Amino acid sequence: MKRKLTEKILMTLLWLCTLGTVAALFLILGYVLIQGLPHISLRFLTTSYAPGLGLEGIWAMIIGTLLLMGLTLVIAVPAGIFAAIYLSEYAKPSRFLSVLRFSIECLAGIPSILYGLFGFTFFVVFLKLQFSLISGALTLAIMILPLLIRTTEEALQSVPVSFREGSLALGANQLVTLFRIVLPSAIPGILTAVILSMGRIIGETAAVYYTAGTVPQVPLTASESTRSLAVHLYFLAKEGLDQGQAFASATILIIIIAALNLAAQGTANILNRRLTGK
Amino acid sequence: MNRAKIITFIIEKFFWICALLSLLALLLILGFLLKEGLPPLFSIGFGDFLLGTSWKPLEDTFGIFPMIAATAAATAGGILLGGFIGLFTALFLAEVASPKLARLIRPLIQLLAGIPSVVFGFFGLVLIVPWISNHLGGPGNSLLATILILSVMILPTLASISETALRAVPQEYREGSLALGASPMETLFKVTLPAAKSGIIAAFVLGVGRAVGETMAVVLVCGNRPQIPKSLLDPIRPLTSTIAMEMSYSTGTHQQALFAIGVVLLVFIVALNLCVNYILKGRKDV
Repeated sequence: MKRKLTEKILMTLLWLCTLGTVAALFLILGYVLIQGLPHISLRFLTTSYAPGLGLEGIWAMIIGTLLLMGLTLVIAVPAGIFAAIYLSEYAKPSRFLSVLRFSIECLAGIPSILYGLFGFTFFVVFLKLQFSLISGALTLAIMILPLLIRTTEEALQSVPVSFREGSLALGANQLVTLFRIVLPSAIPGILTAVILSMGRIIGETAAVYYTAGTVPQVPLTASESTRSLAVHLYFLAKEGLDQGQAFASATILIIIIAALNLAAQGTANILNRRLTGK
Repeated sequence: MNRAKIITFIIEKFFWICALLSLLALLLILGFLLKEGLPPLFSIGFGDFLLGTSWKPLEDTFGIFPMIAATAAATAGGILLGGFIGLFTALFLAEVASPKLARLIRPLIQLLAGIPSVVFGFFGLVLIVPWISNHLGGPGNSLLATILILSVMILPTLASISETALRAVPQEYREGSLALGASPMETLFKVTLPAAKSGIIAAFVLGVGRAVGETMAVVLVCGNRPQIPKSLLDPIRPLTSTIAMEMSYSTGTHQQALFAIGVVLLVFIVALNLCVNYILKGRKDV
């Protein structure tokens, strides 16, 4: 009898914890979206931010975030993919390789505020890049490197060895096999890596705050400061002046993240289907 | 023929250099944070800095013990609550839920993991903080609010890594246990869970790293008072929040002291990663 009771309690706990997790997600999404959606208008999205003049739009932040994201990806994606190719296709087990892998894990574990501190002392001060788009992008590029490398490597590893063997048996060398067979098969997986990185960049606050700065303007060159949407939300939340704007900005962030998540799942599914034979 | 070989050689070396970038970046980060943060540690004194209980930048007094205590308390609370719920969610998804239900819930957990930390912080600020203040008393910005937000934030990480560890347990273990007459629940808690132990411990250690390093969510709900927390309702100020709050206006020794906090955090994170490495390596040998 006692055994049955314990089992029932444990089973209930398992259900409750899972429901709790899902409920937490819906509470956050629901609360923010319900309060935020009514405040979103075309005007809010397309005007600039100058509270003194009564302008409270997030146009500059949207463009600033997109430019920051684009520049970061341009820097980090090639480096990340090539690094993953080395790790997956060329590296042989060695002491050096384990050091390399450990350093990637460490980079993944470093808190974003430390990336902010580093970006500030290295890019902003030491290299004299100032608070600018390029300082922010370089800092973020290092930050997303581990995520890019790991996800791309997984995609490359999931390409069956038989694909490679077939190509090599037909006389293609390793490099041709890589570019003609392995990479094309892994493209949906690499796309997943890029989309996940986009989410990290858009949501990042601490590292952007101390490198790209906080000026709410559309940067005309890479050496101008900008304010990302996440940093903008932090300002609005901290100052507590206008909660409507804060809710609306949070809503935009959540919508973007949710869309990117869906896209990442889509590409991951395509990869699975392709490699398991339709 | 020779030219093709040279091109191949160059391209392969290029891959190698790209892989090396991570190591270089890590060394650069270590180097620059230590360069800024170590000198103040020596000039203030390790003991005075780590164990000093008063943080008064204007009087050149830099003691971070209250912040270490705050970080420790918030992390412990977040790991206990988020870890318990996360682990049970993982058990449910890996072992109890039908594949269809698990396929439905898993993307939701991924979405929770993707929500930016500043959104968590904002949510905590507008909903959890007032709720605590109204129903439990105190200012609302508190250790409790920090723990609640942290536990929701580390929950998805813990759930997904633990689930992977549970799924890696060979099916024969479960079948053997069931064949010996154990109930599914006994099998789950006495066979599958212990077998996945090292992966789950690694998930918890990574969760600790996330909780210690979390900044933008915490800074909005913690209350920012550098004191040793005596109750769950006390406002606190963890290490990361101190950096985030004061970096924008600090100068001179004050700014250096913030970098010294960064060094303390960095040492802790690298040590944690060494632990994870050690735990997971142990698993491979078995």
